[in-house]
Amino acid sequence: MTIVARERAAVSPPVEEGAERKRSVLDVGWQFVRRQPLGTFGLVIVLIMFTTGCLADWIAPFDPEENDFSAMMQAPSWVHLLGTDQMGRDIFSRLVFGARTALIVGFTAALVGGFLGLVLGVASAYFGGWFDLVFQRVLDVLMAFPLIILALAVVAVFGTGVINVIIAITIPLFPRCGRIVRASALAVREIPYVDAARALGFSHARIVLRHMMPNVLAPFLILLSAFVGQAILAEASLSYLGLGVQEPVPAWGLMLQGGAEEYATTAPWIAVFPGLAIMLTVLGISLFGDALRDALDPKLRTR
Amino acid sequence: MYVRKRLAAIALGVVAAIAAGSAGAEAPKRGGTLTYMIPADAPPSLDGHRETTYATVHAAAPFYSVLIRVPPDNPSSTTEFVCDLCTEMPKPTDGGKTYTFKIRQGVKFHDGSPLTAQDVGDSWNRIVFPPKGTTSARVTFYAMVDKIEVPDDQTVVFKLKYPASAFLPALADPYSWIYSKKILEKDPHFYEQHVMGSGPFRFVSYEIGQSIKGERNPDYYHEGQPYLDGFVALFAPKQSVRVDAIRSDRAAMEFRGLPPSARDELAKEGGKDIVFQESDWNCGNIITPNHKKKPFDDVRVRRALALAIDQWHGAPALAKIANVRTVGGIVFPGSPLAATKDELQQMAGYWPDIEKSRAEAKRLLKEAGAEGLKFELLNRNVDQPYKFVGTWVIGEWKKIGLNVEQKVVPTGPWFSNMRGGTFDVVMEANCISVVNPLLDTGKYLPAKVFPENYGQFDDDKSIELYDKMQTETDPKKQRDDMRAYEKHTLDTMVHSIVLPYWYRIVPMRSYVQGWKISPSHYLNQDLANIWLEK
Repeated sequence: MTIVARERAAVSPPVEEGAERKRSVLDVGWQFVRRQPLGTFGLVIVLIMFTTGCLADWIAPFDPEENDFSAMMQAPSWVHLLGTDQMGRDIFSRLVFGARTALIVGFTAALVGGFLGLVLGVASAYFGGWFDLVFQRVLDVLMAFPLIILALAVVAVFGTGVINVIIAITIPLFPRCGRIVRASALAVREIPYVDAARALGFSHARIVLRHMMPNVLAPFLILLSAFVGQAILAEASLSYLGLGVQEPVPAWGLMLQGGAEEYATTAPWIAVFPGLAIMLTVLGISLFGDALRDALDPKLRTR
Repeated sequence: MYVRKRLAAIALGVVAAIAAGSAGAEAPKRGGTLTYMIPADAPPSLDGHRETTYATVHAAAPFYSVLIRVPPDNPSSTTEFVCDLCTEMPKPTDGGKTYTFKIRQGVKFHDGSPLTAQDVGDSWNRIVFPPKGTTSARVTFYAMVDKIEVPDDQTVVFKLKYPASAFLPALADPYSWIYSKKILEKDPHFYEQHVMGSGPFRFVSYEIGQSIKGERNPDYYHEGQPYLDGFVALFAPKQSVRVDAIRSDRAAMEFRGLPPSARDELAKEGGKDIVFQESDWNCGNIITPNHKKKPFDDVRVRRALALAIDQWHGAPALAKIANVRTVGGIVFPGSPLAATKDELQQMAGYWPDIEKSRAEAKRLLKEAGAEGLKFELLNRNVDQPYKFVGTWVIGEWKKIGLNVEQKVVPTGPWFSNMRGGTFDVVMEANCISVVNPLLDTGKYLPAKVFPENYGQFDDDKSIELYDKMQTETDPKKQRDDMRAYEKHTLDTMVHSIVLPYWYRIVPMRSYVQGWKISPSHYLNQDLANIWLEK
């Protein structure tokens, strides 16, 4: 047996009973679909949004930023499926490209915030002592502010624009992840295989990253799915308040302000479709996240 | 021809305005309280001498008197001025260099003290020659004034350095309120936080961000005025709040102006109960490139920015969604000194053939090595019309391959970025009160002469052309001088790009009578001639 294999044998966590039969990805997927129809519905919405955002250049029939004064505020038609806005821009094309903006902001903020929280949360649990104490107090301070308030404050400092919005949303997200991950990691830290890894002389980084972190992935993934929804909603809120991305960049929240407010009664489609897009996406992500939690939580899985 | 058309349009607007106040022939009725909206959070201060915002004028003008003003029954006039505190408009003497004003007798401040020429002279001295530690926002308007003398309690004499046709319009500035000399001597900053004037209304209360209230001044010196018992002005920056207030008759009007969509909405729902007065507006957005930032130090790049914009097709389209309308140069389109359409079309940014114009823009960018240039347009966080116009302009620039990001910031940072020169290109606004092109165009001079120019450039030729125009007394020659200055500013050097002028739409409940619109939202705001038909 090689040293690596021995290592693996020494530190592997206990295998769950009944899981010895290897299931294919398709089996797992089919089981998810059967057991979680709402979650599947949510997943479909997320996949549609993801695909739309990725393939926006091919799907959108018009340039989303091009003003067309000959087509101002046209109602939905075969030419403009969801109508046009006050600048004559095709709303469908703006929604399609807006999905890309939501994806970029939502996923980047959720992933960066999530991973930052994951690493620091596990490290905080592993090291304990003064590091844990100080880190948790920092999290207390950051978590004292509601997400949108903290994001507003960050945007006020850094300014508007896509990158700054991502930073503004990442900062309030990571303490939430750090706190929850730390709680799970505290339990993992007491399991003997961590002591075994330590006894074998592994580095702290190796123990944290390779042995503890994979064991808190289940709650982390659930959290991550919720974060994507929260980040998309936060981006839309910031843009609606005029503090997120700016015209003429297509973004759903931005599409709800300005002309959408002014023409709410005479051209309601300007406001209705971006509103629907935000609602459906956040609903889809929430449903998928709930289903993911049900599927990954062993206590709920047996019910 | 073009000027004639614009003048005809303004005349039509004025006729419409008069028609809107259709009961104008009736005798004004006394009584009632006018409630109106002010589209702002709160004025920065209540001192007209230091402020430049309508939030101050709309809130506090009813409390004050001025020396002269535009005629309240014809505020659109650009050449006619009438006395408020003086007894008769003076004829200039000393070769046009001396103006002697006789001051009304028996005028009282609201605290009961008499208002004399000493107060008038002191206020004007502070406006023209602000003492250290005080601010006079329009001090550059009075460069022609040599000194102001008060030989007795009834006379104020303005002595000019040179005869200037711009003097009387500058004197009719609606912010130039007459303060009590006695109070200013004790505390030169008193009027920033307090109100004590001699105008048609006496101060009652002020709640910051909420409302300001006034009551009729029984000692007012214009016979029979004011007609109202009082007024309540409500502060509301959000347009939807103001529109709802007028729709539901919780407020009778607002004075600044709404976009066409709000007018149409109110007209549809209010029927005959809501009327509108409309006018061209001596106010417009201008684009200023930062000459100190590369590549905007290159006139070819600045010229390309101007050439990309299709003003002739953009203006009528934008007029449907934003409160902008008229294509113009550096002079308000209604003025005799304004460029004709033919004259405009000779300059960059106004060419009639937009394809040719954009081809030239692309050629210039290529020549300057700035193809596909990426930069930031700094803009103010105000929808109407700043963000609408900004989005339009970015679309126009995209057509010549420019990649522009809009950076929208609140008013405070917008000003500080402009003053600090921390921007690539900025969307500004230039709003003036009395139409006075000779002074209004000072905005396009370098900052060493006109501190509110943010282009970060120096240009002695520009100053020379401007000065020549100021001292010219022959109207035809003066017009030619203005064309030379305009061409130098917009075409040769492209220090700025002037975008379509704004268009003012003032909604009011039909029972509000006596008020007339003007090309400025600063003018005719003392409410003395307003009465209520109910």
